[in-house]
Amino acid sequence: MSVGLEHYLVVSATLFCLGLFGVLSRRNLLVLYMGLELMLNAANLALVAFSRFNGNLDGQVIVFFVITVAAAEVAVGLALLVALYRKRRDPRVDELTLLKS
Amino acid sequence: MQDALFYTFACLTLVCGFLVVANPFSRNPVTSAMFLVLTIVSLAGLFVLLHAFFLAAVQILVYAGAVMVLFLFVIMLLNPGAEAEERLRLYGVITGLLAAGSLLALLLRSLARGPLGETTPLAEGGTRELGRLLFTEYLLPFEIISVLLLVAMVGVVLLGKKELK
Repeated sequence: MSVGLEHYLVVSATLFCLGLFGVLSRRNLLVLYMGLELMLNAANLALVAFSRFNGNLDGQVIVFFVITVAAAEVAVGLALLVALYRKRRDPRVDELTLLKS
Repeated sequence: MQDALFYTFACLTLVCGFLVVANPFSRNPVTSAMFLVLTIVSLAGLFVLLHAFFLAAVQILVYAGAVMVLFLFVIMLLNPGAEAEERLRLYGVITGLLAAGSLLALLLRSLARGPLGETTPLAEGGTRELGRLLFTEYLLPFEIISVLLLVAMVGVVLLGKKELK
């Protein structure tokens, strides 16, 4: 059986769930961002696979935009992390309780 | 040949992706970042197998180049030595396993439902075709993206300043 759309979608779904697991289970903000990147990449893979097997290039253009937005998101997120780290020297998310009380 | 390459790249992607989020040997963020690079490179291999050559190049350049350098730079800057032995929360692991597992079961079940429609002519994602689309049909989103990048740059410079009011 040759490789078709379903194979790519299974890989994409598994990768997305791995990223989701990372975001939910890890405490380090940096690793959490990496889980987010995994989820974005899984969505990209699904879009490219659909684009290939439907004979339509629009999906690939959307992936191009997603990659750009993800780069901007990582830059802003890491800048926030650095600013946060200056205030409280701790990258763990469950210690971020500044808004409490 | 193509099938063997697909299975190689798919296994590499999934194993490295697992090692990014749940490495049993090391909790060091640098290790996670390195495995993320491997994941991204093998995903670029999958893009090549899907004939999306331009996106494979962009994936390597932007992700493995720019984004991962940014990650490593921040890791080095913060020097997280103390939380290398970050303990896992049992609660978080159980919640994560439950949520990710049920989502995966849902997705695979819907995929196993049946065929995904008839086959149409396959798309070729070369630079020329993609560029033509990008500068005709998608010109407005393209310009908006450039404004977004400018906004992100200004925001990052503002956040990176010494005194944050």
